[in-house]
Amino acid sequence: MEGHSQYTPKSGFARWLERRLPILSFMHDSFVSYPTPKNLNYMWVFGAILSFMLVAQIVTGVVLAMHYTPETTLAFDSVEKIMRDVNWGTILRYAHANGASMFFLAVYLHIFRGMYYGSYKDPREVLWILGVVIFMLMMATGFLGYVLPWGQMSFWAATVITNLFSAIPVVGTAITTWLLGGYSVDNPTLNRFYALHYLVPFIIVAIVALHVWALHVTGQNNPSGVEVKDVKKETVPFTPYATMKDAVGIAAFLVVYAWLTFFVPNYLGHPDNYIEANPLVTPPHIVPEWYFLPFYAILRAIPNKLLGVTALFASILITAALPWLDTSKVKSAVYRPLFRKEFWIFVAVCIGLGYLGAQPAEGAYLWFARVLSAYYFLHFLVILPVIGKVEKPEPVPESIDASILRGETSHV
Amino acid sequence: MTSKDTAAKPAEPSRRDILYIATGAAAAGAAAGMVWPLIAQMNPDASILALASTEVDLSSVPEGQIVTVKWRGKPVFVRHRTPAEIKAAEDTPLSVLPDPEADSKRVQKPEWLVIIGVCTHLGCIPTGKEGEYNGWFCPCHGSVYDLSGRIRSGPAPTNLEVPPYAFIAESKIKIG
Ligand code: HEM
Ligand code: FES
Repeated sequence: MEGHSQYTPKSGFARWLERRLPILSFMHDSFVSYPTPKNLNYMWVFGAILSFMLVAQIVTGVVLAMHYTPETTLAFDSVEKIMRDVNWGTILRYAHANGASMFFLAVYLHIFRGMYYGSYKDPREVLWILGVVIFMLMMATGFLGYVLPWGQMSFWAATVITNLFSAIPVVGTAITTWLLGGYSVDNPTLNRFYALHYLVPFIIVAIVALHVWALHVTGQNNPSGVEVKDVKKETVPFTPYATMKDAVGIAAFLVVYAWLTFFVPNYLGHPDNYIEANPLVTPPHIVPEWYFLPFYAILRAIPNKLLGVTALFASILITAALPWLDTSKVKSAVYRPLFRKEFWIFVAVCIGLGYLGAQPAEGAYLWFARVLSAYYFLHFLVILPVIGKVEKPEPVPESIDASILRGETSHV
Repeated sequence: MTSKDTAAKPAEPSRRDILYIATGAAAAGAAAGMVWPLIAQMNPDASILALASTEVDLSSVPEGQIVTVKWRGKPVFVRHRTPAEIKAAEDTPLSVLPDPEADSKRVQKPEWLVIIGVCTHLGCIPTGKEGEYNGWFCPCHGSVYDLSGRIRSGPAPTNLEVPPYAFIAESKIKIG
């Protein structure tokens, strides 16, 4: 998209560099003059928050790595040493552990934002799919990291997740053995998980760069879902407008993050992870971290190994097909009366699945989990395609300006 | 093919085409050969494959008890079954079993049940003397196993596995 101001190198060095590597004008076009729709609301700050959290995880992770030992007899103690002996170690570890939670909180809000305002639709399909890829890599990283402290939950999470692959017909067991480097979770597993936990975040950085690139080609969506028609009139330059708004968002987000880290650092964790891993005893009630609970509920809802595992992976992958499952031409839920209701039902279903994922898989819990899992898939495969056909959208404004004149800026 | 088609294209691949394909194939083969060690290094190494067998002295296990021993990094349950437990396991009709297998096929001596203590669903360790059949119950996703370690309900697809073992004395077994 054509920006607001043109970068002109002022110093001799800048001119010299520009002719060899135009990085200064690139940064200017991307983060200063880049046009952002002027009706964006606060749901648009999560991109900046996510970028901040990615950097926060890498920085805290690299310093933790200076004290952590990926060996089964030493790992648990090395984390305890970080907590007791390493200067500021307690805070660094709590910042990293709760940082993962905040990262996922932000990504879920970011994804639901995209669903509400139809941000995945033409021309942003590739942008959306790159987002799904980032989300999956985040899940992989979160899981790998959770294994490192080598507590009981670490060990049994590693066991259950690697065994998911054993559901694959014929080659499943061979794949699980290959992933583990043995016949059960042991030192080779911990060692490679550490190597991968260090690596994957940097792959995420690379995919984020593609995600932002795709964003800067198509431009941002906005609460009205109407594309920008007049860049000069309907957009404002990224700096100072978006920069400042993002800063406010990050500050508010940091208040929550700091509260978790400093006041209730173990609130989201499971106490069993302070018991060292024991390959001979499974804790009576194993639960994953909160951000995996809805998917865990779907896995457990189905009383068949292969189908359960398939449903688990399908529930994540299906989001990538959203641009083609949603048949409505109108992007924003603001003008879609039926979809607007369905959207909130879907949010409730996801939260419900999260709740059920933390309960024992028995009795009424199991039946509710089955109903909600079925609804989850129906939402994507039936309800969305049908709503798009039968719904009569409210009149969509001609332009962003027209939407603002209607007083629609406050649709958060 | 009509004669017109044959006329339009060279009748046979040229020497150059063959060289291209052969070079490409050789490069692909070499690349695969280089990638293989990178993949195969993740499989169990020699020290893990060489894991020795485990011997268990059964005389120290009273009737009704279960002991857990470690073999290849996994728990193995050795259960000294009571006559009532043996009868319950033997009397179960195969038709009610999701993975039908007679109790007699799973034991060498009826009073000794030796099974790998890894849930066939996703690998948790079931707890003994629990669940509907007083066999095993898996806390992870609720699989129920009977007194022969056979799956009765829940998401696990197959019975608990019987490891290779042999009686090396009247009351001593060697697993593996
Ligand atoms: C996408 C970014 C990342 C996420 C979501 C993430 C997530 C996690 C999680 C959930 C844990 C377990 C925390 C606990 O319960 O103790 C963990 C531990 C750990 N992570 Fe990360 N991590 C990320 C990036 C990194 C990076 C880049 C490094 C190293 C360069 C790193 C190094 C470590 C270390 C050494 C531990 C073990 C110490 C501990 O448990 O506190 N992490 N990570
Ligand atoms: S691992 Fe035993 S029921 Fe899932």
